[in-house]
Amino acid sequence: MLSIQNLHASVAGTEILKGLNLEVKPGEVHAIMGRNGSGKSTLANVIAGRSDYEVTEGDIRLNDKSLLDLAPDARAGEGIFLGFQYPVEIPGVKTSYFLKAAVNALRKYRGQEPLDAFDFMEILKEKTELLELDESLRSRSLNEGFSGGEKKRNEIFQMAVLEPKLCILDETDSGLDIDALKLVANGVNSLRDGVRSMIVITHYQRLLDYIVPDVVHVLQDGRIVKTGGPELALELEKHGYDWVDGGAA
Amino acid sequence: MATGTEIEEIVGKDYQYGFVTDIEVDTVEAGLNEDIIRQISAIKGEPVFLLEFRLAAYRKWLTMTEPNWQNVRYTPIDYQSIVYYSAPRSGPKYQSMDEVDPKLLETFAKLGIPLNEQRALAGVAVDAVFDSVSVATTYKGELNKLGIIFCSFSEAVREHPELVKKYLGSVVPVADNYFAALNAAVFTDGSFCYIPKGVRCPMELSTYFRINAANTGQFERTLLIADEGATVSYLEGCTAPQRDENQLHAAVVELIAHKDATIKYSTVQNWYPGDENGKGGIYNFVTKRGLCEGERSKISWTQVETGSAITWKYPSCILKGDSSVGEFYSVAVTSLKQQADTGTKMIHIGKNTKSTIISKGISARQGQNSYRGLVKISKKADHARNFSQCDSLLIGSECGAHTFPYLEIQNPTAIVEHEASTTKIGEDQLFYCAQRGISAEDAISMIVNGFCKDVLRELPMEFAVEAQKLLGVTLEGSVG
Repeated sequence: MLSIQNLHASVAGTEILKGLNLEVKPGEVHAIMGRNGSGKSTLANVIAGRSDYEVTEGDIRLNDKSLLDLAPDARAGEGIFLGFQYPVEIPGVKTSYFLKAAVNALRKYRGQEPLDAFDFMEILKEKTELLELDESLRSRSLNEGFSGGEKKRNEIFQMAVLEPKLCILDETDSGLDIDALKLVANGVNSLRDGVRSMIVITHYQRLLDYIVPDVVHVLQDGRIVKTGGPELALELEKHGYDWVDGGAA
Repeated sequence: MATGTEIEEIVGKDYQYGFVTDIEVDTVEAGLNEDIIRQISAIKGEPVFLLEFRLAAYRKWLTMTEPNWQNVRYTPIDYQSIVYYSAPRSGPKYQSMDEVDPKLLETFAKLGIPLNEQRALAGVAVDAVFDSVSVATTYKGELNKLGIIFCSFSEAVREHPELVKKYLGSVVPVADNYFAALNAAVFTDGSFCYIPKGVRCPMELSTYFRINAANTGQFERTLLIADEGATVSYLEGCTAPQRDENQLHAAVVELIAHKDATIKYSTVQNWYPGDENGKGGIYNFVTKRGLCEGERSKISWTQVETGSAITWKYPSCILKGDSSVGEFYSVAVTSLKQQADTGTKMIHIGKNTKSTIISKGISARQGQNSYRGLVKISKKADHARNFSQCDSLLIGSECGAHTFPYLEIQNPTAIVEHEASTTKIGEDQLFYCAQRGISAEDAISMIVNGFCKDVLRELPMEFAVEAQKLLGVTLEGSVG
């Protein structure tokens, strides 16, 4: 599914990712953990194609197609979805309207006919039920005045509607209380279908109690320094990141 | 992902819809003096009171100085080089649509303008299918039955001089301001509308008029009266591209709403904004004012301003009648080197009067957008209420937004609220949209329409759809 080789990327001339390698197979859920400043969010943004980040070396391939020359909207068309750490607000634009624009833009990219209003509403309804969301969410202006938990749930809702191939969740757990965390995790788990791959970026082990990953990576200073199974997250929780420092040395 | 430079590119498309029709005209000499004014009045065969009105205005104008308090910059206007009267004489320029610039047709199509109107606007000979005269006559017959008078200003002067004499200058006095005085001295034509007592006008006035209105000239005069209990919705201008050789436009619009009458006045202005260097655009210096004369009268202004190099206008309401209501809804877009200084004045005189101001300013490229608004609550205006909301949206980093609210409260029972916000379409929003597959142009258009929603929904249905498309077209290039 996703193959990242020797990725170097910098922001404003400062190198953040320094030779990162990552292989994610179809249906796998990978967790990426690490300290603040280790490069976790940079990795998410670089995969999605944010222009502030410059890739200086290496490659990112999705299903054997390089993403580096593609604009962010084209990468979305290829099936990349980024759940944002800080989702933006767009006043006056209903979530349902926004999503319809998104769905049809993606369909256009893939050479499909646009969905009509009825088919689209059906999908919205189905996904709302799947994620046990409040119906009013989609008729409110996109993220405007949403609580932190509502914004994150809205990200998962969008992910469900857009049906991406690869989901990247950038610190989706930050700022969530335990109930909101469970709701979000249930949403994510309901979208695990054995084909769709996910990269879950998080600070804490907490989220991984609910979204159990296949593989856990520890990111440090722009490189993956340790890889293991779910037990690695527990070790980290117990010993802290200093334990990795010792292990890596 | 759109970077700063990409936004610049999107914003940087040319004004695609300007067009010029070369036609023969009857003109007077350039320059302004009493003889020219007498000449204009004579050509139009005006009654004495109107000539005197013009001369009084001219004499006042001579003693006045051009205002310079507004937040716009432009080279001085040479008033003696302007030709103050020119009436179009000849007919269409093209024989078929094939001869018309395809780009223009493309724009018409984008705006959804019906083919027949496209022909008329482009100056193509109209065939038997579309006869604007007969269409106009049909409407006129229907309006006449209700006693509604709706005609050109010149016709009103000939047919209903008593109404013109009674109301002309009653809301905007001749010496109100420099440009209003100039207009009063030299105006050539415009629209006149009178709705009699208790009549609800059954159609949006001027939708069919927009073709005819294209030649009303640079000093336009509009007078609209709604008698007791009457209701009317009036649409000015059109979303179609307009280009004009006249750099200075100084129109005056006067509205009078009697007891229990309601006037809704909507404008979409799309004049040539000038080139990238700010050359050649229209200076739009307009005085628009409505008088809520009687109890429970209501005047509502809605404007979408996307064109002109300089826009300087403050559609205002004088809330004289007790419990009268004034509203102002505005979207002003400035791109390129456009400058807009626009807003409103709500003058509360009667008791229990109420006003609402919703202003949305959008600035792109090097556009400068200023909101300037006055809310005045007079001593006797017990329990007056005002709510103002002024929002600015910035696109790119070279544009500017300014807000100048003025409050004069002379009555302690008044309740006045003012809210203001400034937001920027940021890289964050565009990246977010792009990540969902939405292109930068579509994203900006979506964000802008969301931003303007409170104003656009005040427009009559058909106009709102056009205005939304116009924003899209203006911003496809300008904001995307």
